[in-house]
Amino acid sequence: MNAPQRVTTWDVEAVRADFPILAQTVHGKPLAYLDNAATTQKPNAVIDAIAHFYRHDNANIHRGVHALAERATIAYEAAREAARRFLNARSANEIVFVRGTTEAINLVATSFGARFQPGDEVIVSAMEHHANIVPWQLLQARTGIVLKVIPMDESGVLYSEELAALITPRTRLVAVTHVSNALGTINPVAELIAIAHQHGVPVLVDGAQAVPHMPVDVQALDADFYCFSGHKLFSPTGIGVLYGKAELLESMPPYQGGGDMIRTVSFEKSTFAPPPQRFEAGTPHIAGAIGLKAAIEYLERLDRLAALRYEQELLTYATERLQTVPGLKIVGSAPEKAAVVSFTIDGIHPHDLGTIVDRYGVAIRVGHHCAMPVMTFFGVPATARASFAFYNTFAEIDQLIDALQRARDLLV
Amino acid sequence: MEQELRDLYQELILDHKRRPRNFREMADATRTVEGHNPLCGDHLRLFVKREAGRIVDVSFVGEGCAISTASASLLTEALKGKTVEEAEALLGQMVELLTASEAPPDPMALGKLGVLAGVRDYPSRVKCAMLPWRTLEAALSNDDAPTAISTE
Repeated sequence: MNAPQRVTTWDVEAVRADFPILAQTVHGKPLAYLDNAATTQKPNAVIDAIAHFYRHDNANIHRGVHALAERATIAYEAAREAARRFLNARSANEIVFVRGTTEAINLVATSFGARFQPGDEVIVSAMEHHANIVPWQLLQARTGIVLKVIPMDESGVLYSEELAALITPRTRLVAVTHVSNALGTINPVAELIAIAHQHGVPVLVDGAQAVPHMPVDVQALDADFYCFSGHKLFSPTGIGVLYGKAELLESMPPYQGGGDMIRTVSFEKSTFAPPPQRFEAGTPHIAGAIGLKAAIEYLERLDRLAALRYEQELLTYATERLQTVPGLKIVGSAPEKAAVVSFTIDGIHPHDLGTIVDRYGVAIRVGHHCAMPVMTFFGVPATARASFAFYNTFAEIDQLIDALQRARDLLV
Repeated sequence: MEQELRDLYQELILDHKRRPRNFREMADATRTVEGHNPLCGDHLRLFVKREAGRIVDVSFVGEGCAISTASASLLTEALKGKTVEEAEALLGQMVELLTASEAPPDPMALGKLGVLAGVRDYPSRVKCAMLPWRTLEAALSNDDAPTAISTE
């Protein structure tokens, strides 16, 4: 089967040349890396930026007056400015560097959540990753908050209009994912934020699966908190961003104590630095931030709308071809999806599928995708998931389909 | 490629995956233990009926991949009629077969169970084959032992 007539003029081969890891064989087959929702690969620009930092500029930041310390500080703060630009935040002071989305949500649950009282409510959605469930349950155990859930339908679409009915005078925060990692659903976060704001409730958006696929403007969304992980955005692991509106961050107590987050310290009392330093105790992942900046600049050189259109063509093609595999069921069929497809095949456990397609060079995720409530909702223990980036090709989708057929030949 | 995969998914494993033996609940079991692999969501319930130091019946229900299902099915076949001491010895041999750093000299010394040795080339799948055996370990231990085990 040949790939469909292409609408966009996306030069995927030129993009692939920027990602050295893609040009390899696995078990004697060309690698088809279709596990981008788990983590993305890194372009040369990112790898080189990190190597350059350690070869030439490495020093600790915000202290020391020597040349390397100044270079490292300038590079780290330039990364903050790049993240501000990437999200269109008003100020770089609204950008807190964290380890990733998980830490960002834990930070908000701990610090912003410190003011919550027993009986106060946090509303999440039925399709959250464990990272946007468990921190609230820990807060629940500490302070007795109530966790409420926006339901979804059988296609994996949230009943957004239910949000208004869930909000009460005790609701302190709505925390929803922008894009579901398990289903691919793109949630109408602007609409959800508008509903919450009508009731005076702030909103945290988990953007981990959104920013790799689409431009995000936190001012246009009017998000109160927005977070993402660098490693899902072609950057290193261990670096991520929490955006928070300045007035919210300024009102929040520290998350961790230590160096770099204080103004003065005595044994009687310490006073704390303003945001974002207040939330960045200890030496941060400086090289990670520099790698994130390189990734953002790399994305800025691409035509991101063309990349998005190309990914949507990959999604359409993959969906069509997957449906030709006997016994295959797609889990999550929302009309608005990022390039993520979850599926099951009758008679084959996803774990066996993952092992078999790997032997044909195809890397997919199998399991519960850290979204056990989503698996329970759809009545499956696990799914297989193919997730795409703008460097994937139609040929890789053909390779996946071929490998799935071989799995059926072997096991069904 | 085909051959490597066939070393893992041997005909005997596929047969037990398609038609698991002793796949039923047991109302009069003397011990029931839940086994769970949180990494992949596999879970099984193992039923053991002991009489006078002998395993007179063993069965399981649950949901899992081909490897864990076949491993559980083969386990029930191998254990029925064994004394508790024999079962413990077999458990030790299976742990050795599946997890020891040195490959066993003759997997087929364990009879049909030797087919599970294929998982040794798939480190991420060893836990699938081990799940029923870890569950058995809990089932054979003292009565105050946990009634649920996890591979993690």
